Amino acid sequence: MSNIITAKDLCLWYGQFKALKSISMDIPEKSITAFIGPSGCGKSTFLKTLNRMNDLVPDVKITGDVRFREQNIFDSNVDVNELRRDVGMVFQKPNPFPMSVYDNIAYGPRTHGVSSKSQLDDIVEQALKDAAIWDEVKDRLKKNALGLSGGQQQRLCIARALAVQPQVLLMDEPTSALDPISTSRIEELVSDLKKKYTIVMVTHNMQQAVRISDYTAFFLLGELVEFGKTDELFAQPTDKRTEDYITGRFG
Amino acid sequence: MKKNKQLENIVHGIFLICGLITVGCVLLITIYLVISGIPAILEIGLVPFLFGETWASTAAQPAYGILPFILTSIYGTAGAIVLGVPVGFMTAVYLSKIASAKVKSVMEAAISLLAGIPSVVYGLVGMLVLVPAIRKAFNIPDGASLFAAIIVLAIMILPSIIKVSMTALDAVPKEYEDGSLALGATPIETYFRVSVPAAKSGISAAVVLGVGRAIGEAMAVMMVSGNAPNMPGLFESVRFLTTAVASEMSYSSGLQQQALFSIALVLFLFIMLINATLNFFMKRSKEG
Repeated sequence: MSNIITAKDLCLWYGQFKALKSISMDIPEKSITAFIGPSGCGKSTFLKTLNRMNDLVPDVKITGDVRFREQNIFDSNVDVNELRRDVGMVFQKPNPFPMSVYDNIAYGPRTHGVSSKSQLDDIVEQALKDAAIWDEVKDRLKKNALGLSGGQQQRLCIARALAVQPQVLLMDEPTSALDPISTSRIEELVSDLKKKYTIVMVTHNMQQAVRISDYTAFFLLGELVEFGKTDELFAQPTDKRTEDYITGRFG
Repeated sequence: MKKNKQLENIVHGIFLICGLITVGCVLLITIYLVISGIPAILEIGLVPFLFGETWASTAAQPAYGILPFILTSIYGTAGAIVLGVPVGFMTAVYLSKIASAKVKSVMEAAISLLAGIPSVVYGLVGMLVLVPAIRKAFNIPDGASLFAAIIVLAIMILPSIIKVSMTALDAVPKEYEDGSLALGATPIETYFRVSVPAAKSGISAAVVLGVGRAIGEAMAVMMVSGNAPNMPGLFESVRFLTTAVASEMSYSSGLQQQALFSIALVLFLFIMLINATLNFFMKRSKEG
């Protein structure tokens, strides 16, 4: 299996604070990679670097490189808007726009120049089906998305991200604001999505990483401590710190 | 214990009285305006009063038609909105979303200052700078006109439009904007397609507030509009509802004076309508 994203010696500072320390990692295509680690370990920061959402934070400095399909994403000739279209993102808190379900999904395609009604209809339907929410919202496409439940809103956000046909989907603790039933629906959905997409997911929940991910990366204090196949990492961690964390000795 | 309770009641009473003073003033003004505004309307007749095109209060054959004032106020306000809203709205988007902290603080200070300038100063500058400039630019005998009033009003309503729009735009959750950016939209696309629609109730409130300020302004427009009771034309000397009352009140008597009260009543009704609209938008804006 080939690698779709490759990070090499990536360091990141927020002002004087070094949040990422020389991270190198290869993320395999069409798989689920989970980032685990205690709060403040840099896993979300690393995730947000992959689609350059960190650009929006003032005083950020980045060295090293991240390659998406061999292309260094920090190159000056890279269009960051195109990068974000290829590397989509789902946030911790569901954040549908305050507009109709339909307009939420159509937002991305419209932004990228799709204007034909029938084409948009198809994209919206397909995205909602892929995100396993079509049956619940097909009769309320014109209703405001903020009226949906939290779990539905999060699946809507996943559909919205899928509608621009990304290759990678970054998910920043996508279930931490949801109840257990909604969480399991999202987990099922994510497991299903890896057939078509590469998923990179930050999670606070180690069981979740075990349940659905193929690869797991353990971060601590800005370092990538260990990265490997999920079953191997949890069964036989090679680093003492990983072992301490997954056995619940801190975190 | 009992003493404390009594003291509480007394303080409570004082606060209540203070609140009632405001309500009392509004009621008093409303009742006074209605009582003093009705007789002239009855005497002149509602239709000739509202739709009469001639105002000649001091002529031998007096005519009390206030259509010129009503239309001037409406056109003047509409013109100020057409000029002021785009500028104010763009400024608000710029300050709320794009400007650096430094630029923002300087511009915000300037806008507050603009809001604090007394209207007579606007009138004065308009009279001395704007009116002659219009006369020269359009080669007309007198620059004091509806056009001059529109420009002055447009500037005067800028601070309210900018500030209220900014408050609404600042309140748009950052999550919405992040969501849009993460889909590959550019910052500008994000502001106009997500942030502005999300703030639309607040921005509508800003526009209505601007309408209210423009229609109620008297001093500045009196100084630049020429103040003749003509039917409105862009370069005509015109008189607004507000200035109609202000310019004749000091020497009026009899039916003329009563008619001025009736004009004030009409103005008051306009303002009430605008306030109701404003409340509607404010409430919607709070509900999100």
